[in-house]
Amino acid sequence: MMTTTTSSDPRPASSKSGMRVLIIEDDKDAAAYMAKGLSESGYTVDVAHTGKDGLLMAATEAHDVLIVDRMLPGLDGLSLVRTLRATGNRTPVLFLSALGEVDDRVKGLKAGGDDYLVKPYAFSELLARLEALLRRRSSEAGDGRETVLRYADLSMDLLARRVERAGREIELQPREFKILEVLLRHAGQVMTRTMLLEKVWDYRFDPQTNVIDVHISRLRQKIDRGFDYPLIQTVRGAGYSLRAPDKAA
Amino acid sequence: MALLTFVYVAAVEYMEQQACETIDADAQGLLEAHALGGLSGLVELVELRSAHDPDRASFYLVVDEAGRYLAGTIAAWPSEPPQAGDLYRLQLVDRRRQDRAVRPVLARAVQLPSGARLLVGRDIQDKLRTQQLLRSAIAGGTGLMLLLGLLGGFALSRWTIGRLEQVNRTTAAIMAGHLERRIELLGGGDEFDELAQNLNAMLERIEQLLASMREVTDNVAHDLRTPLNRIRSRIEVALLEELSSAEAREVLEATMRDADALISTFNALLSIARAEAGSERREHVPVDLVELARDVVDLYEPLAEERSIALALDAAGVVEVEGNPQLLAQALANLVDNAIKYTPEGGTVSVRVLGVPEPALVVADNGPGIPPELREKALERFVRLQPDRSTPGNGLGLSLVAAVAKLHGARLELSDNRPGLVVTLRFAPSETRPRPAALQAQPATV
Repeated sequence: MMTTTTSSDPRPASSKSGMRVLIIEDDKDAAAYMAKGLSESGYTVDVAHTGKDGLLMAATEAHDVLIVDRMLPGLDGLSLVRTLRATGNRTPVLFLSALGEVDDRVKGLKAGGDDYLVKPYAFSELLARLEALLRRRSSEAGDGRETVLRYADLSMDLLARRVERAGREIELQPREFKILEVLLRHAGQVMTRTMLLEKVWDYRFDPQTNVIDVHISRLRQKIDRGFDYPLIQTVRGAGYSLRAPDKAA
Repeated sequence: MALLTFVYVAAVEYMEQQACETIDADAQGLLEAHALGGLSGLVELVELRSAHDPDRASFYLVVDEAGRYLAGTIAAWPSEPPQAGDLYRLQLVDRRRQDRAVRPVLARAVQLPSGARLLVGRDIQDKLRTQQLLRSAIAGGTGLMLLLGLLGGFALSRWTIGRLEQVNRTTAAIMAGHLERRIELLGGGDEFDELAQNLNAMLERIEQLLASMREVTDNVAHDLRTPLNRIRSRIEVALLEELSSAEAREVLEATMRDADALISTFNALLSIARAEAGSERREHVPVDLVELARDVVDLYEPLAEERSIALALDAAGVVEVEGNPQLLAQALANLVDNAIKYTPEGGTVSVRVLGVPEPALVVADNGPGIPPELREKALERFVRLQPDRSTPGNGLGLSLVAAVAKLHGARLELSDNRPGLVVTLRFAPSETRPRPAALQAQPATV
């Protein structure tokens, strides 16, 4: 039961039930598919098709995360989020946009967005990013201040730059260290290849060849080989996740 | 016109002055005779001079204190009597002439001490006629000049309009779809020919661009149609069959892979279009090529190792250029990606960063290389030099590099590594350094 490194379910059965998400998207078909996919993943979903409706719903009802299309009839996404932030609403916002230039992204984040996803996107990418946003909020208290990261029998000392698993020290190259740090900080969550490229290399483009897979398989050699169970899981069609196969964590 | 007027006025003045001087000299002689021989001496000289005046150009009159005629060519003292000393313009009748014609005369009157009076004048008929002639010559000349000017201008504008019309006709024809048409040259080498030449050169360029765009469109159509077609037929076949859920899943997953490939092709095209439009130039910040190369090599190193290819980095210090860090990284990643793809097992791919004489990124492999005659072709969109299309890739990698090079004002050179390919991105030499790095892209948040 502990031999599989591939999980067909991209969603850990954790925390998502009861999470409420508001989709503000004028393309009704796209909104409907998204709503269906999200409710199957355990979210409670509200949908608004115009900027005004969206703002009203976001302002009057509590949501855990907002998905906002940038181009909306009436009130555009940027203004909507700016208005919301001006009233003190801190709900995490994921922007969806057909505009993908660096500049557009920066504008979105400046207006108060927390992440930016360019259309067309993979649904698994959307799920992974939503989860990261929710997780970031719930762990805001200890936000990035800890000097030792731990998951299951793995520990990473950020100051001494030492990694141990089950009491055994593991030598890592600087880049491997960085990849593992990102996985550890998002332990239990799915990290897509695009997210890893963003967080480890600060690249916002996809290389022609899937180089991330090779990096991960190298990291696996060091982290998982010779231990009781693998920690780095491949989530098919999505990415990777640092996850103990049972309640070992 | 002003010049002619000046000539006329000067001529008139000169002629009057000449007459005036003659009159004064004449009067002077007569006064001297009067001083020597008294009134009779004067009368004698007047008669003598009147008789010996073949042109009958001189006018004389001597009258006594009562105004009675004593001698001269005029019958009586003029009715509008000239005061002594002044010059007058008079209409007088010459007694010597049979026709009794009234002649224009310029005359001076002199009061003699004895009470007698002397009038000395010159016929100015000829001078007036000359002035008249001059006036008509000026008027006629001006008129002729105006007429010629108008005619010439008209002819010139007709000719100009004619040539412009020809240009207009040709451009209209081109707009109507006859792209092969060109503006005719007259061969005179004038400005119109030059304009026509420039327009023709422009048309040539546009036609070339259109041709290459058509080729790109054909390639896009082919490269997008193939996977679209595959997706469609796969779905169609799946709908015909009764599939188990595992089989259905397989079909869907394959379809998703094709869709992903389409999206990535599409994104690559979009990146190229953006870099070509230069729309991201305003986001340029100082970029250290050494750091950039180190990161890209770091990204590809495991892949190279997996294929037993040595990936070497030769870069030191700081080599800074102004640029878009994402696009530059993507371009270098594409070059390294290609190099690894085409290098056989056991081969070497090297990435070098040069600082002098100008900043440059050099990627060399020892794969099959590209023959010189195909190098330009290799930069075009969707062109893959191996026709079997067995090597993965969308044929857009080098096109993106070319577009990114253009955006950064860099030269992209393909050369021979004997064996293999050397790709060099040569940037413009940097001038003022260092620059505050306040615009650096924000680091990724973990």
